[in-house]
Amino acid sequence: MAYVAVKGGEQAILNTHRLISETRRGNQALAELTLAQISAQFGLAVDRVMAEGSIYDRELAALALKQAQGDMIEAIFLLRAYRTTLPRIAASEPVDTSEMAIRRRVSATFKDIPGGQVLGPTYDYTHRLLDFALAAEGLERSQAVVAAAPLDEQVPQVIDLLDSEGLIEEESDDGQEEVFDLTREPMRFPAGRDQRLQNLARGDEGFVLGLAYSTLRGYGHNHPFVGELRLGEVMVEIVPEELGFPVAIAEITVTECQMINQFRGSAEKPPQFTRGYGLTFGHNERKVMAMSLVDRAMRARELGEDVRYPAQDEEFVLSHADNVEANGFVTHFKLPHYVDFQGELQLVRQLRAEHEATREAAQMKEAAE
Amino acid sequence: MSASITTNHNDSGYNFAYLDEQTKRMIRRSLLKALSIPGYQVPFGGREMPLAYGWGTGGIQVTAAVIGPDDRLKVIDQGADDTTNAVSIRRFFETVADVAVTESTEDATIVQTRHRIPETPLKEDQILVYQVPQPEPLKKIDPRETETRKMHAYGEYGAMQVTLYEDIARFGRIAKAYDYPAIVNGRHLMSPSPIPKFDNPKMENNPAIQLFGAGREKRIYAIPPYTSVRSLDFDDHPFEVQSWKGCCALCGSTESYLDEVITDDKGSRMFVCSDTDFCNTRQAEKTATAVADDQASGEEA
Amino acid sequence: MTIQSSTSLRAVTSYDASLKPGFIDPVFDAQAVFRASLLATAYPGRVVSLDRSFTAPRPFSPATAALCLTLMDFETPTWLDHQTSCAEAAQWLGFHCGLAVAEGPMAARFAIVTDPLTMPRLFEFHPGNVEYPDRSTTLIIQVPSLTEGPPTAWTGPGIKTSATVGIGDLPFWFWSDWDLNGELYPRGIDVLFTNGNALMGLPRTITVEA
Repeated sequence: MAYVAVKGGEQAILNTHRLISETRRGNQALAELTLAQISAQFGLAVDRVMAEGSIYDRELAALALKQAQGDMIEAIFLLRAYRTTLPRIAASEPVDTSEMAIRRRVSATFKDIPGGQVLGPTYDYTHRLLDFALAAEGLERSQAVVAAAPLDEQVPQVIDLLDSEGLIEEESDDGQEEVFDLTREPMRFPAGRDQRLQNLARGDEGFVLGLAYSTLRGYGHNHPFVGELRLGEVMVEIVPEELGFPVAIAEITVTECQMINQFRGSAEKPPQFTRGYGLTFGHNERKVMAMSLVDRAMRARELGEDVRYPAQDEEFVLSHADNVEANGFVTHFKLPHYVDFQGELQLVRQLRAEHEATREAAQMKEAAE
Repeated sequence: MSASITTNHNDSGYNFAYLDEQTKRMIRRSLLKALSIPGYQVPFGGREMPLAYGWGTGGIQVTAAVIGPDDRLKVIDQGADDTTNAVSIRRFFETVADVAVTESTEDATIVQTRHRIPETPLKEDQILVYQVPQPEPLKKIDPRETETRKMHAYGEYGAMQVTLYEDIARFGRIAKAYDYPAIVNGRHLMSPSPIPKFDNPKMENNPAIQLFGAGREKRIYAIPPYTSVRSLDFDDHPFEVQSWKGCCALCGSTESYLDEVITDDKGSRMFVCSDTDFCNTRQAEKTATAVADDQASGEEA
Repeated sequence: MTIQSSTSLRAVTSYDASLKPGFIDPVFDAQAVFRASLLATAYPGRVVSLDRSFTAPRPFSPATAALCLTLMDFETPTWLDHQTSCAEAAQWLGFHCGLAVAEGPMAARFAIVTDPLTMPRLFEFHPGNVEYPDRSTTLIIQVPSLTEGPPTAWTGPGIKTSATVGIGDLPFWFWSDWDLNGELYPRGIDVLFTNGNALMGLPRTITVEA
């Protein structure tokens, strides 16, 4: 009977699982991808999935990418759902990025900086020409030249150099012990900067990038300079209650951006530079730069600027940056809605009938006159 | 770090009902507060679930926090047990909670629903869990939570009444067929979730416990048993529910919410109960009575 | 997939070896006790019995101990009355719940009262704020009886018509304070009474005639 056709079936669902599994594997004559291959050769994809999925684990992120056929948002979603099942063991100490083992570090504000500019691995200076040699397997690569001396263990932040002159706003520890945890608490407005930065770090790269772009095109008042962009490894430490001193539990790769922005000053504050900040797991330069621009834009109210544009509106930005939330809600309209649609059908039919009746009545009246 | 997690990689590492105990405690605390302030949306630290946001994550988290090994779970979407998303959620709980499932409203201890309230009246101690896509009834009046929170705090719902009255001025009626707002316990304006307004009266003075979960928006709210739930209306335009000219083509019910089913490409249609358990039970009863009548008449002859 | 109940990770520090155990089955015991507290809150004025036995540290009744294990942890600053804070129970709460102790009743998400006659007045607990009325104190008050005390008439959400309840040994000001609590609505404190192995809910919505 036709009636059956509108209802799903358990069997049909099981079949979709089998079909997606077949589709994922594709041509069986080809070798299957290993997690190690994904982790090693799709490293930037893995980095984005770790950053927005909020778990630092290359192997899990690689698995998520494999399972999702390379669909980033699906892979991020898989990691997030897995994250839910993990108990919270401890909160780490703040990581100290001045002690980062630097692989890349550039500043746009000074020609030369203490510790030097380190270009590191980047696509910035490649010409975006398809490299047909890569299409062949087993390509021999030339070795990069290693610097004569290692970098200093402590490399000061460029932005701190401006601190001594008072040219840039001072950023100090507010003594707040408890940091807002977006993964455990619902969002709250007005949001603290901790909540905003967490949201941006997990937020969709495309969304944050677009917002950042808007601030540069007049929908905001950003006049940014990259104070410093750095990539490298930092230690994560926790202080176990029974020990009372910090112990290192992991070394992770992070990308950090300190953006310097102009500030014209207010009645209370003299003109000075202000900061925008970005940090994520893994190598995500585009993301941290966009993040630091949007972070600065959202500080508009705090700095006494007009809040006029989308990127400055924290409730708008924070409520829509998360791609797992956005993806779910946008795609849920695939689900059956026929009960509500039936209600709407009835309503529209009723309204149309009434509309028609009123029109006819008016015509009758006109004719009679 | 990786090593400590790898033990959990295989399927055996999940806790009962998926959520860890700390998350359940947090949700449970929110549920108790929700029952204590009927219709008020309690913010909770909603977690990412293995189903997409908008697909019932709020309802799933509430059910996961409530469910135990002695429960019998029924899951419906659009009133039906066999719709795809209902099947998917039911399978989730069968897998992660190893719990008994049922299609019978009567037998269920917990009913998780999307878009309907079962036709069969609920009883005391039964729990109805609603999946809620947008918990804020004032969202269309002001999208900002900072504003809507103030309206709820001071019970300022005038703007909502004005919006509804604009409908009356334009259409001669309140043009809202589902997700029809209601005042709970005489104080809080509440979204009943996108159930048809046909179902609104069932919420009032219901003996069962009604819990609402909005996963993406991270809100939980509740209607305790025997609580007043008044659908918004006006003295000259009282609230009324949908009705149909005909009856269900399968069971003949004239009292249930009917779905319109298009049966061919010429636009022929039939109307059938959206509540499949209600419809199947009535059909079975009709068959049983018919058989009994046949037997009775056979004996007479 | 196999289903298991897992206990949370907790650092074992120098606790007294004679400490009473928590739940035997942390997952299913907590679920059963929560369901009982859900029913108690949904149907105020009803005696809801826990259908399993629990060991409890002094001066807790089994129901009080079970509620603590079910609802409290490091996220819920809890105020303890004098009799609780200097007894075995305080250490037990620290170990099994990882409990954060609140500095005073106004800072407490939960408050545990085992000696009601000496308890603070109800307005000394946090009533929540007008935009977040859920952030109020939930009181767990252990009483000598849920049925034998002076009869009171309860009405409100969760009660079909009216319920007659006899909570024993409450301070003389309790019900007049409760009226004032009702006037704060939607702000206000909520109460779970415990006795032996049973509990009874009194959410802020309930009107009580003493």
